[in-house]
Amino acid sequence: MATLKQEKNNKTSKLTQVVDEKKEMLDLYKQMFLIRQFELACGENYTKGNIRGFLHLYIGQEATAVGSISCLNDQDYIVTHYRDHGHALARGLDVNRSMAELFGKASGLSKGKGGSMHLFDAGKKFMGGHAIVGGQFPLATGLALACQYKKTGGIVVCFFGDGSTNQGTYHETLNLASVWKLPILFILENNKYGMGSSIDRVRAGGEDFYTGANTYDIPAAQVDGMDVLAEKEATKIAVDKVRQNGGPFYLECKTFRFVGHSLADGQKYRKTDEIKEWEKKDPLTKFPEWILSAGIAKKTDLEKIHQEVNKNIEDAVNFAETSLEPKSSELYEDIYKID
Amino acid sequence: MPEIVMREAIKMGLEEALENDPNVLILGEDIGAYGGAYAVTDGFLKKFGPERIKDTPISEATFIGTGIGAASAGLRPIIELMSISFSLVGFDQIVNMAANLRYMSGGQIHVPMVIRAPTGAGVQLAATHSQSVETWLAEVPGLYCVCPSNPKDALGLLRTSIKSNNPVIFAEPALLYGLKGDVPEDYYEIPLGSASVSKEGKDITLLSYGAGMSVINDTEKILSSKNISAEIIDLRSLNPIDYKTIGKSIKKTNHLLALDTARKNGGIMGEVVSNIQEDFNDWLDGPIIRVGAKDVPWPYNKNLEGAAYPSAENIVNTILEKLIKV
Amino acid sequence: MVKEITMPSMGADMTEGTIVKWLKNEGDKISKGDKLAEIETDKTVVEMEAYNEGFLRKITSSEGSSVKVGNIIGYIGDMDDDIPETPTQNQSIETKVEEIKEVSEKNNISEEVLETIKTNTDNLSTNKSNQVDISINADSIRIKASPMAKRLAKEKNIELSNVIGTGPGGRISKDDVNNYIPGPTLVSSSDIVSSKNISLDDSNIPLNTMRQAIARVTVKSKTDIPHFQVIVEVDMTEAMKMREDINEDLENNGIKVSVNDLILKSTVNSLIKYPKWNSSFDGDKLISHSGVNLGIAIALEQGLIVPAILNAQNLDLISLAVKSKDLGNRAKGNGNPLSNEELTTGTFSTSNLGMFGTHSFTAIIVPPQSGIIALGVVKKEPKIINNEIQIRQIMFATMSADHRVGDGAEGAIFMNEFKQLLEKPSRLLL
Repeated sequence: MATLKQEKNNKTSKLTQVVDEKKEMLDLYKQMFLIRQFELACGENYTKGNIRGFLHLYIGQEATAVGSISCLNDQDYIVTHYRDHGHALARGLDVNRSMAELFGKASGLSKGKGGSMHLFDAGKKFMGGHAIVGGQFPLATGLALACQYKKTGGIVVCFFGDGSTNQGTYHETLNLASVWKLPILFILENNKYGMGSSIDRVRAGGEDFYTGANTYDIPAAQVDGMDVLAEKEATKIAVDKVRQNGGPFYLECKTFRFVGHSLADGQKYRKTDEIKEWEKKDPLTKFPEWILSAGIAKKTDLEKIHQEVNKNIEDAVNFAETSLEPKSSELYEDIYKID
Repeated sequence: MPEIVMREAIKMGLEEALENDPNVLILGEDIGAYGGAYAVTDGFLKKFGPERIKDTPISEATFIGTGIGAASAGLRPIIELMSISFSLVGFDQIVNMAANLRYMSGGQIHVPMVIRAPTGAGVQLAATHSQSVETWLAEVPGLYCVCPSNPKDALGLLRTSIKSNNPVIFAEPALLYGLKGDVPEDYYEIPLGSASVSKEGKDITLLSYGAGMSVINDTEKILSSKNISAEIIDLRSLNPIDYKTIGKSIKKTNHLLALDTARKNGGIMGEVVSNIQEDFNDWLDGPIIRVGAKDVPWPYNKNLEGAAYPSAENIVNTILEKLIKV
Repeated sequence: MVKEITMPSMGADMTEGTIVKWLKNEGDKISKGDKLAEIETDKTVVEMEAYNEGFLRKITSSEGSSVKVGNIIGYIGDMDDDIPETPTQNQSIETKVEEIKEVSEKNNISEEVLETIKTNTDNLSTNKSNQVDISINADSIRIKASPMAKRLAKEKNIELSNVIGTGPGGRISKDDVNNYIPGPTLVSSSDIVSSKNISLDDSNIPLNTMRQAIARVTVKSKTDIPHFQVIVEVDMTEAMKMREDINEDLENNGIKVSVNDLILKSTVNSLIKYPKWNSSFDGDKLISHSGVNLGIAIALEQGLIVPAILNAQNLDLISLAVKSKDLGNRAKGNGNPLSNEELTTGTFSTSNLGMFGTHSFTAIIVPPQSGIIALGVVKKEPKIINNEIQIRQIMFATMSADHRVGDGAEGAIFMNEFKQLLEKPSRLLL
């Protein structure tokens, strides 16, 4: 069985190898901090009525997106679920245009037609947040089929939540990807809850998912998704395997969202103690602590990042607020591509 | 060119696309080694290889969605479904994904893909295999939806469908795979969204599509024997709908009968006649008449199925009773 | 800097929320992300986070209060910041109600408006079961023609009712219109009128509350009450003569009896004789009124009111004349304002448009009354009396009556009494 359980607390030993360690570590931190601040700003603007529809925040899960996406190349595709802001920002989607999309403005990534759950940037091969749970799986196999058929060398990373593993497409896609040896890295963000349903209430087969990939003859591993370095290490190994072998790989990341499913979530279904316990692993506390204690960077370096990011977010909100509404003629645009 | 059957015409169109465009590939259940449930892709595996003729597991949602993903990454996949009723298993992918991706991404993504599927009743396949789901899919913006009624249209429409940059539902009437017809030797295409006037007349316009055209042709013969001159229009495209051609005919004949071989309730002709009534009311010299299949699940038994299926005799009687006094 | 804490929107469908509990007290230090309060939406209870740092300086909405999304519930700021005293926006709803009340107090008519609204609502509940079911077979009067035939007929200027339909169900088809041979036609007068380019003001005119009340009351009356009319021609010659005599006698008292006063007296006396018309229809019964509260329609600048002379059955002609004059003055704003009773408890009414030269007209019953007499001008006309042409003073009186209360014959008898009293007016002095 080709599974691999990532060891914890192995950061220091491995990372002394990194040439520009400081820059790399600060970059990871900056991305996570950017996502956290972006999400807080989204929450605030939702309560102000600037953002409407459903809003699902990625607060708590930042290390998963940042650690994994940092291992990808330009020719690789990403598809994800509706909690998609973190992946979008980690992939480098424009912060201003992302915020503008949430505000429904013409300057948004999708001209204000997609909203929070449907962020796209085809130029960055970011092929969407997808809001039908499990709907993104087949799209990922298709993109992978194109990579394979055209021999581009690219792979597809498909993010999904624990809730989606009960959809038929999950099992169908794992099967097809394995049968056709498609270059897909399946990344499960196991945050233990599909909306308000804890996995122990809706899943037969225990709290680990990666072992199930064996059924489809897919190599799999589990990693601490709250640990950005572990996440990065594990993804690097997984990506290499996909590129070398051509077939899929399955990576389960244990993670947690500190906030409700959406802004309207009172979190009646779980105890504050559990949230508190997970908050101790907050990557935005633990990781900078480690950076400082390991002497990789100084407090002033972190403060500089804070200032930069806060300015970025402030600018993004300002950009979104001052951007124009889509023209009414946009209603009929982008339905069909002219033949 | 001698007459060929509809199955051959479709096969010809697929073969031509596979030969001309390396980005075209076909995905479906038992289309390769088996040769296709209706033998449309027979021999393709040998000719084009397993890279392009891809037998899929029985996972409609996933292989339809795989087509969508491949199309959004630059390929031109053609999906074959064994029955259009199986599209229901993959409805999320067709409706939420294929149709919406372009709009939701603000025009960043497009999905050049064709979903081919046999449709309709009349071959005793009972409730799960006889529905005309194209009428449901015709409502969805972002999809094109066509349904040919003869070999010539099948080839012409298939060519434009495969060349289209958008997802196209290509419904093939199961009853008509063996229908013979002339197909021009010179290359031609039929634009999506164009109806055809297959016979001119002056007293009444008979409108249908797909398998309904056979019933309409029979109806015309009976009417002709009663000295009623009918004009026949084949809708061919359910989305978009060619109201121009229909309207022109209404202005001439002032009477319209619209036939669905799908269930009448919710059939596409309900939409068509509603718009015709709005735009051409002043040219109507009597009520628009709709005939469709009975609003029941399709039965297996031949007589029962026949009773649910619209007949030329009934249509003629309705016309004489409600529309034209002889 | 002071930051407002506003009721957060926790979903697109949320319009207001209830503060279940404040999780911080005034004066507490607040960090970004701290839970400030528990907010109950119609779906669930959520914890509201702070988006600003500082101290919770003030809580303006207490636990248990419902607040509209976006309205201020408190302030965060530094300890030395000035906090605004009272948020004004939360009061907006109450203010509006106050404003309406104030307006209504300034304007004594609005009492009537309020009352009408009340009466209308009351009537709604009582009259439900008494709708008159009038159904006409639509098929019998509708001309069946195809839309095409209708268009052709219009183009050819053919009256469809002249065309015989030969289509299914007798429908007129395009052929029927095309084959139609017209007889001689008359040119419609509207075609002869030459067109002038006159344009009237096309702006919207807002209605005052009184106009709106009149609209409601009249629509209600015409909707609920099956009106029928009885018209009588009244020879007023004798009445006019008697009035002159009385007025001569009264000259020194400063009192004058008007023609209308005679009409009022005649109405009261007729009602005393036929009290059925002094009642109100109420579902399965008539409510008889012990007194005649005689309504008089008065046209004011703002619109029509119909105040009543209370207990007119106890008044002689002179007293009635005094009362009616007083009522008119007070309606026009001179003297004490009209009382609620005067404005709302009429039992039967009269309306006189004689001063405008109106020959005759029909009036709309004021609910819940069951009749109203509409009076035209008194005019000299040649009449044949005893085979001689005489000049007489003629007036037309039209009673609108509630058919639910009584039938045409009863209306006719009542109006005949009214007529007789005026034609032999001495009885009016009794």
